[in-house]
Amino acid sequence: MAEERVPVLEIKSLGIQFGGLKAVNDVNIQIYPGELIGLIGPNGAGKTTIFNLITGIYKPTTGSYMLCGKRMNGLSTHQVVQEGIARTFQNIRLFKKMTVLDNVRVAFNKDMKSSLFQSIARTPFFWKEEEETTKKAMELLKLFKLEEFADQRAENLPYGKQRLLEIARALATDMKLLLLDEPAAGMNPVETDELKESIKMLREKFQIPILLIEHDMSLVMSICERIYVLNFGEILASGLPEEIANNKDVIEAYLGKEDEGGEADA
Amino acid sequence: MPKKMKKNYLICIIAVIVGFLLLSLLFDTGILGKKSAYFNGLVVIGMFYTIIVCSLNLLTGYMGEFSLGHAGFMSIGAYASAIVTTLISDQVKLPSIVLYLIAILVGSVAAGIIGFLVGIPALRLSGDYLCIVTVAVAEIVRVVLSNFGIPAITGSATFGKSFAGIAKVSDYHYVYITMVVCIFIMYCYIRSRYGRALIAIREDRIAAAASGINVTKTKVLTFTISAFFAGTAGAIYAHYITTLVPTYFNFSKSSEFLAIVILGGSGSLTGSIVAAPILSALPQLISYVVPAFASYRMLIYAIILVVVMIFKPTGLFGGREFSLPKLLEKFTKKKATEGKE
Repeated sequence: MAEERVPVLEIKSLGIQFGGLKAVNDVNIQIYPGELIGLIGPNGAGKTTIFNLITGIYKPTTGSYMLCGKRMNGLSTHQVVQEGIARTFQNIRLFKKMTVLDNVRVAFNKDMKSSLFQSIARTPFFWKEEEETTKKAMELLKLFKLEEFADQRAENLPYGKQRLLEIARALATDMKLLLLDEPAAGMNPVETDELKESIKMLREKFQIPILLIEHDMSLVMSICERIYVLNFGEILASGLPEEIANNKDVIEAYLGKEDEGGEADA
Repeated sequence: MPKKMKKNYLICIIAVIVGFLLLSLLFDTGILGKKSAYFNGLVVIGMFYTIIVCSLNLLTGYMGEFSLGHAGFMSIGAYASAIVTTLISDQVKLPSIVLYLIAILVGSVAAGIIGFLVGIPALRLSGDYLCIVTVAVAEIVRVVLSNFGIPAITGSATFGKSFAGIAKVSDYHYVYITMVVCIFIMYCYIRSRYGRALIAIREDRIAAAASGINVTKTKVLTFTISAFFAGTAGAIYAHYITTLVPTYFNFSKSSEFLAIVILGGSGSLTGSIVAAPILSALPQLISYVVPAFASYRMLIYAIILVVVMIFKPTGLFGGREFSLPKLLEKFTKKKATEGKE
């Protein structure tokens, strides 16, 4: 790893306490341009909590995090998004009653310029901007082969497509870093493969760094460049996929102490 | 502007003009004779109800928050506009259209400002909590108006608890145009990036924030706009009824507005436009045409509510919009296929 490069995301001894519980404690993560980083760990290890900390849903009690060298502590969620961190959710959070197209168009909102007056007076600028936004949104939908569903309500999409739509919506925010929270959860093998292709396509096309939380180990091991393992809110291990797969502590965390850990890729 | 939109706008403009001509055919030609004034009044009531119900629908249907205090904002609009126009008309004699415009402007802006001030702290809350706050605000306004007399500046009107002698300038011509403009503004607001953000917040607040939407700002803006138009309705009411009594703007008035929104279909402006005149003017009309029914007026109202809620829980329009251009399109298509056969 070229350590001289400025990390896109640098998390420094980040921690949060809920009452007496240290949900996340002294976590350090660096993500460099173009990297695909996996974040794994048993249930309740604090993976999603880290995402919630980064996106400003929770405020950290200790530590800090920087995006491209800029301190991000204390920003509210929409400000974090404006700075360039986009995310998806573990339990899909789409705007169900809106159309697929509108779901994506909403995410363009922060970059749209038409004022309240222009929107109400329906000035030519308003129409032009609406048209441009629709075009950009359709292009994103095409990337995920969702264009034929554009006019359908998001809630009517099949499960796998809903996941993809969530990623498309995240991409619309024009981010510097993408956080994916268990995108393969609940997917069948075909859908998982589709997702894998989509993530690969994303990396080639946008070259954005991605931080991925995932339980599907075959997916994580096959696409991630580096992996962080989280257990009880602390980083247990980090390194290349092969290193992680053979790490004793990691196997212990997943399978229990007595186990010899023959199934390293479990 | 896309070509199809241009056509749709044209159709809607024509429909609005036809509506206007129909009204003036009814009232200006004197077909109704003696009853003209009465029906005239019913139409004005129906129209200001439409404005306030649509404004409440912005909150309930599109933002997903309940307000049980819209009568409060309405009363602010009514009193503010009435005070200003009474002061002005004591000094100079203005043509009624100018006085009307001043009333609308003052009433709307006053209610909008109060809505903004209430919105900033209140919209950190949501759901039941926000609902209680709106009730409280409306009650505060009502109690203030009923107990603190506004010092009489001129001799012609008695300010304070009840307020009489307001200029009667809410002519149905003006009110009709005001209503159309108000609905158009609300429609454009919803069908813009602001409206999309608003509906996204209703659907999922956290996901909306994670898509870069400033949730609090959007909510406060919408609350302000909603209060603004409630003020418009208040100003129209004040200059139609000419006598204001604080107790008119009580809790049951607020809940009546909310009932109409839900009955028409929350999240459907056209639902509100259809339901508001029916539920405000029809009960009165029934008791007028069949006087024996007069005492059963509220009963009929309740029965309509119950029946609709049983058979169509999402309201008459259930979140969908009625579109005249689309209807016309359907008809012309039907005719075209019939012609081919």
